[in-house]
Amino acid sequence: MSPMTTNADFLLELRSEEIPARMQAGARADLEKLFRREMEAAGLAVGALTVWSTPRRLTLIARGLPLATEAVREETKGPRTSAPEQALEGFLRKTGLTKDQLTERDGVWFAVVEKPGRAAADVLAEAIPAIIRAFPWPKSQRWGAASLQPDSLRWVRPLSGIVALLGGEVVHCEIGGISSGRTTMGHRFHHSGEIVIEGVEDYAAKLRDAHVIVDHAEREGIVREGARKAAADAGLVLVEDEGLVIENAGLTEWPVPLLGRFDEAFLEVPPEVIQLTARVNQKYFICRDSAGKLANAFVCTANIAAHDGGAMIVAGNRKVLAARLSDARFFWEQDRKTLLSVHAEKLGRITFHEKLGTVADKVARVAKLAEWLASEGIVRDCDPAQARLAAELCKADLVTEMVGEFPELQGLMGGYYARAEGLPDAVADAIRDHYKPVGQGDDVPSAPVTVAVALADKLDTLAGFFAIDEKPTGSKDPFALRRAALGVIQILLAGKVRCNLTAVLRGAIASVFASVLDRAIAGDVNFAIYIEKIGKVQPHPALPTDEFTARIADFTAELGDFEIKLEPYSELALEFLRTAPTVVANTPAALVAFFADRLKVQQREAGVRHDLIDAVFALGSEDDLVRLLARVHALQAFVGTEDGVNLLAGYKRAANILKKEAYAPLAADYEPEPAEAALAASLDAAEPRAETAVAAEDFTAAMAALATLRAPIDAFFESVTVNDADPAKRAGRLGLLDRFRAAVHKVADFSRIEG
Amino acid sequence: MADTANTPASSLSVQDMILALHAYWGAKGCLILQPYDMRMGAGTFHPATTLRALGPQPWNAAYVQPSRRPTDGRYGENPNRLQHYYQYQVIMKPSPPDLQALYLGSLAAIGIDPLLHDIRFVEDDWESPTLGAWGLGWEVWCDGMEVTQFTYFQQMGGFDCKPVAGELTYGLERLAMYIQGVDNVYDLRFNDHGVSYGDVFLENERQMSTWNFEVADTETLFEGFRRAEAECRKALDAKVPIAAYEQAIEASHLFNLLQARGVISVQERASYMGRVRDLARGSCEGYMEKYRPEWEAKFPGWTA
Repeated sequence: MSPMTTNADFLLELRSEEIPARMQAGARADLEKLFRREMEAAGLAVGALTVWSTPRRLTLIARGLPLATEAVREETKGPRTSAPEQALEGFLRKTGLTKDQLTERDGVWFAVVEKPGRAAADVLAEAIPAIIRAFPWPKSQRWGAASLQPDSLRWVRPLSGIVALLGGEVVHCEIGGISSGRTTMGHRFHHSGEIVIEGVEDYAAKLRDAHVIVDHAEREGIVREGARKAAADAGLVLVEDEGLVIENAGLTEWPVPLLGRFDEAFLEVPPEVIQLTARVNQKYFICRDSAGKLANAFVCTANIAAHDGGAMIVAGNRKVLAARLSDARFFWEQDRKTLLSVHAEKLGRITFHEKLGTVADKVARVAKLAEWLASEGIVRDCDPAQARLAAELCKADLVTEMVGEFPELQGLMGGYYARAEGLPDAVADAIRDHYKPVGQGDDVPSAPVTVAVALADKLDTLAGFFAIDEKPTGSKDPFALRRAALGVIQILLAGKVRCNLTAVLRGAIASVFASVLDRAIAGDVNFAIYIEKIGKVQPHPALPTDEFTARIADFTAELGDFEIKLEPYSELALEFLRTAPTVVANTPAALVAFFADRLKVQQREAGVRHDLIDAVFALGSEDDLVRLLARVHALQAFVGTEDGVNLLAGYKRAANILKKEAYAPLAADYEPEPAEAALAASLDAAEPRAETAVAAEDFTAAMAALATLRAPIDAFFESVTVNDADPAKRAGRLGLLDRFRAAVHKVADFSRIEG
Repeated sequence: MADTANTPASSLSVQDMILALHAYWGAKGCLILQPYDMRMGAGTFHPATTLRALGPQPWNAAYVQPSRRPTDGRYGENPNRLQHYYQYQVIMKPSPPDLQALYLGSLAAIGIDPLLHDIRFVEDDWESPTLGAWGLGWEVWCDGMEVTQFTYFQQMGGFDCKPVAGELTYGLERLAMYIQGVDNVYDLRFNDHGVSYGDVFLENERQMSTWNFEVADTETLFEGFRRAEAECRKALDAKVPIAAYEQAIEASHLFNLLQARGVISVQERASYMGRVRDLARGSCEGYMEKYRPEWEAKFPGWTA
């Protein structure tokens, strides 16, 4: 380096044993972040960074790094030279200097500390070990002889080498027994011996000569293009999968995509199964033929350019895939030998939740609820018997061999098996799709039977977990209740499914109690005998709430302290049943509030204001989400108009006065002022208009009726004194404002509207 | 190594593969041990791995361990699944810096050319709740097939490994099927004198599957489990943790047999596993306790 040089390029390579592919992207981001943090702390300006990864190395290149930090001069003002001795002593103590190190200027002592610039090499020599120690791997390990000590270095896998070169010079540092240098290793099999790196310029090229493509993006490109080409060369179309591209690039330093074929006979297995087996277990791409059908081909990505062009690699991979596919075909054949209804019997062995019974218990509840949603006409054009049947079978695939092997295929396999045993398409589709929608982007079911089962499944989950007080808190939502509520909202809105949510939820909660009771009775002789004596409650979604509450209250009142030994589940059930009256009374409201929150989140993207949703929910009477949203839409349009803005202002003024002034309604025994009379007349006209419009669900018309109040309320506030000295006038005018407020509340609770 | 080494005609028989691995690891300083004379589910259960992974003293060993997985029995009818198979186990403590290279050398020694076959280290962390053990590592793929589990032990019996041991577990039958290019395990050449794997083990698989699934008296098994449990506790009280650990191995295998007989419900399963775990962990604790003073004296600064 010439003395004139002030900047140089820095290369850091951290070599290790194979880094899991899924961790590499995070590791690159962390390396950049930690490097910037260290440099910033030391005062070294960093420009653009390049970060690369392979399975065996993390590389960072910082171009034009300053060779030294700026020199800093720090000056601290002290006491006057004429100040008492104690003041000077205090200043010396504070600064840690002696008197002769101070500088005097204009009769004042100054402490001057010159901090010379530090060499970048020194800064880096400290920073590299610090970065390694602070590296936030998701999982890390100790290794080797050094791990005799408890505080030995941790890394994702054993760290094996460090290259650190600044302007071509080695930055000397040492950590965990590894010293930095300029040598690295090439491809594990295509190269042997050490590679000497001069600096940033020759690094990537020398590695390429040693069969290592250090830039992960380039490897991803090779995998992506190579896999496409391999498929195209065979007259096929690759099924693109960016996740697989990244994973294969993260498993290789010299990626070579290769196409292989498997026995066509395996194509009788559902295509999703083949794709999943190939992708999850083997990290292979799959291909389609020109007609779009799954082809008997796979593309694997080797990490070597094999001597034989990859023939043996393809043969080996083909054999492994064949073994996997024969397992899958075995499951496919095996599972179909048993009817779904028989599989479903085994669900009694799987616990859904300790307090909510088995999956079989859940299925029984869902079936009852789905049937009820259909027979009540809540889900229109739905055959109740089909809804019940589909619900009874919807979880049966959980105990099949295939879903045991590939849990991701739940639902889908049930659909296949249902069709294979000749069940109606509507039932098979409902079994297949009842988990949907899974998140915002997913398809929302619209077929009636599917809608009934999908709703019933989610409502039961929500009702059950809320009933046992397992609500989501903060970031914790272990039972995915937010997703379930969102799913319900999406299905109701997309299908314009009309229902009073509170009543439906109450029914679902009643079902949960019924099922817990049934299970305790079935599983515990002592409990059954006891219940026999009291007489059993039979809650049902169709049972009116009051009656259910009354019956269960009577029932729980009879539940004394058991003298007999109960099974653990019955103990839980008993405890739970005692909470029933309170839970049935409170939970539906809590759930509706939960739905309101989810609706706000869901509608945010569509630009619907959350305060307007609150304003309609606050009415307390509106829990039909379809109608509620129509109301909100009309309201949002209205509050955007001049009439809306002014009416809101008038409303707020009226509400403020009413909040402050206590009054008792008095007969208005006085001559009203013209504006007063006009407002009363407008209310007389607007009230029935708004009411009729709301009843007809014509919310735009309801808003128009409210709009007619805008001019009269403005005029009222303009010319009438509410707080008149005459108590009769005061009471009459407050009464009028109250009437105005009530009229507005027929449409929405305007006090919730912001602005 | 000649490329032709990979063709079935010149590939190693099962027994020559074992001998080649013994010769290789023996030359690398590993003790060549014989299988433990008890029924167990995996080579890791052998005291030469479990107990020797504890404590500070160096330990390098290699051995074949017959492994029994009663539920995997298929009456000799499945070409890939066996209720009794061989694991080749290597443990090196502390893990040497070149363990990966040593491992790849062993593959070369049994005839796998890494420029013809795609060898890959794919993330796969290992955990044995029963042994209170876990580690990080990989499953090693050869042309897409898992041939070895490669693990750096981080904990054993609930104790941090100080130092860390490296463990290699080769699935011998799989590897042999790969090397010999056969699709059915029973077609493997056991030796070069006309004896197949099927000649040695097919009838064994049939009979043992029948016994595991149909014949074994469950009351005897339950009783055996209870006795092993009691005996383990007795041995722990008497400060003979190696003997206690043998009883833990016994209990673990009896539990596996009970599973195969289908007499343990889902609810009971967790409880039985917890009991086996307590025995195994208790034995590890007893072992640590017994040798702690000696180790602390020999390795100043070392603590459990």
